[in-house]
Amino acid sequence: MTLYAFYFISFLAVLSALMVVFSRNPIHSVLYLVITFFCVACHYLLLNAQFLAAVHVIVYAGAIMVLFLYVIMLLNLNKDDESQKSNLWKAGAVITSGLLLVVFVGALRGAEAESVSFASSNNTGLVKNLGRLLFNEFLLPFEIVSILLLAAMVGAVMLGKTHMKRAKEIAHEKNGRGSVASARGIGNIKELTK
Amino acid sequence: MSEVLTFKLILVFSIFGVTLLIAMYSTYLERKVAAFIQDRVGPDRAGPFGLLQPLADGVKMFMKEEIIPNVSNKFLFIVGPCVAMLTAIMAGVVIPWGGTLTINGTQYNLQIADLNIGILYIFGVVSIGVYGIMIGGWASNNKFSLLGAIRASAQMISYELAMGLSIIALIMITGTLSLQEIAAQQGGGVGSDWNMWNIVYQPIGFMIFIICAFAECNRMPFDLPETETELVGGYHTEYSSMKLGFYLFAEYINMFTSSAVMATLYFGGYNIPFINDLGLDPNVATILGTVFFFMKIGFFIFFFMWIRWTLPRFRYDQLMNLGWKILIPLAIANVAVTGLVMILMD
Amino acid sequence: MTNTGLVDYLPILLMFLLAAGFVGVTMVVTHWLGPKRKTKVKLQSFECGIESKGNARQAFPIKYFLVAILFVLFDVEVIFMYPWAVNFKEFGIPGFIEMIVFIGLLLVGFFYIIKKKALEWED
Repeated sequence: MTLYAFYFISFLAVLSALMVVFSRNPIHSVLYLVITFFCVACHYLLLNAQFLAAVHVIVYAGAIMVLFLYVIMLLNLNKDDESQKSNLWKAGAVITSGLLLVVFVGALRGAEAESVSFASSNNTGLVKNLGRLLFNEFLLPFEIVSILLLAAMVGAVMLGKTHMKRAKEIAHEKNGRGSVASARGIGNIKELTK
Repeated sequence: MSEVLTFKLILVFSIFGVTLLIAMYSTYLERKVAAFIQDRVGPDRAGPFGLLQPLADGVKMFMKEEIIPNVSNKFLFIVGPCVAMLTAIMAGVVIPWGGTLTINGTQYNLQIADLNIGILYIFGVVSIGVYGIMIGGWASNNKFSLLGAIRASAQMISYELAMGLSIIALIMITGTLSLQEIAAQQGGGVGSDWNMWNIVYQPIGFMIFIICAFAECNRMPFDLPETETELVGGYHTEYSSMKLGFYLFAEYINMFTSSAVMATLYFGGYNIPFINDLGLDPNVATILGTVFFFMKIGFFIFFFMWIRWTLPRFRYDQLMNLGWKILIPLAIANVAVTGLVMILMD
Repeated sequence: MTNTGLVDYLPILLMFLLAAGFVGVTMVVTHWLGPKRKTKVKLQSFECGIESKGNARQAFPIKYFLVAILFVLFDVEVIFMYPWAVNFKEFGIPGFIEMIVFIGLLLVGFFYIIKKKALEWED
């Protein structure tokens, strides 16, 4: 029963992951990616890691994908100014991702296939047990995570503020006195990345 | 096994029905409460006291012409309201609607799914709910819709944070994420097993939670995503017929679910104080508890409507300041104080 | 079926199927029932009656984007607090101090954000 569920969910996951790559509309890609994350969360459930499943949905599907949607909406999506990448770029992208694939395959070849038990006796993934592990054995990594998050916060604010300032300057140059609407930090990506 | 499954099936269907019914009659209640507060009569034409009004509205929604603008992205335009409706219905799955019923010697829980991550499940579903609004607003390809969608999503994610933080302090006390256990902990009668409702221990946490619930449902002081005066209809400007109905319906279902969550987490869920001391038949006590639970939910729904006609709308910068600069630090302080008090009490 | 964890999720699947069925059927039925009198003007995007100008595929302020990034970061932080809160009674004082250190570092970031006025909506 669980094995069939596993195959079905894996099939869905791979299918939606492929759709992420093949769909032409970036918003569709984001939605397919959300479905993929759901399938991964279901895999966590099959391993009885309920907390991780919930976290996966909340953080990946609920938070990071919202960020992705924002990024896509932040860019202009009009057909006429869709930037065409030159063949050199395409070749570069193919080579880089090909190298990544080689690394992944190489790493997985070396790994030993361990049989995973779907049994409920495996209770590590429940909140209580996970908390005990996290706050005893893995205390140091946990505290380091907070420094990582702090660095990310500072980075985001730095980048965002610079953009806001530059957007204001551009608006100022363009309109002399600076129209109110554009002075409020509307970041036109094209002008900013000149 | 099959008996349990049959029971679950009946429960799933009945809760689905009750959710839709309550959402339908919330629209009626909303208009009646508005009328009462503004000293009007409200809907009174369809049926006695206008009780059939929601049915008439539903039929109207069904029979309306479906307009999908030419410039919109058609697939996403249809997906948006579907996602909103689906997530709204799915959020109520983990709520314990009552205690246990004993039929033919078998005990049945009046809860669809007792997950040991119940609260996180609700957060997960709520965080997916943002997509319904964002996709719908973006796919309409209308400036008002886009503004509404962006406002709504930024508002919802900001208040999700404060909501998550306000729950932390509650979990420190209860020590579990399962809604069933949290509800059960608040029951009891006279004597040593007398337990207070969580609102007594967590008044500030509850205040933060209810403010965030208003913001998550896009209800009145926080209804910036659909401000009629500046954004026409906000993210659902372009919608018509049942697709608009789904967005409106989802809002009422969300209101119902968040009322149920508030009642469960902070107001004892299905527990009636001292019910165990009356010596009632357990089944009768369970049914009474469920009725009491729905009364609590009803009160919160009324509260939502009461606030709507009492407070004016926030400005967007005020909304963001409240979410980020007041509620989040307050929630963190609440966690710290709760922790300190709990350690000192030991 | 020995897996007790999974059985709990079966009714959720049931509910999902029911809800999805309801949504799908309603969509089809309303499409089928409603009148279809489409005109060119009716299918234009609504702009309060005046002729619509351009479309809505425009860039919007980067502030919203910043809010989304900060949301992701704080969301991860909140998630880390759940396993701690569940075990709070067991951990006692050492656990409390550990969490204070964790939150303290993040509060530094929070004050930085406020000092840098990254969340100011009026400028």
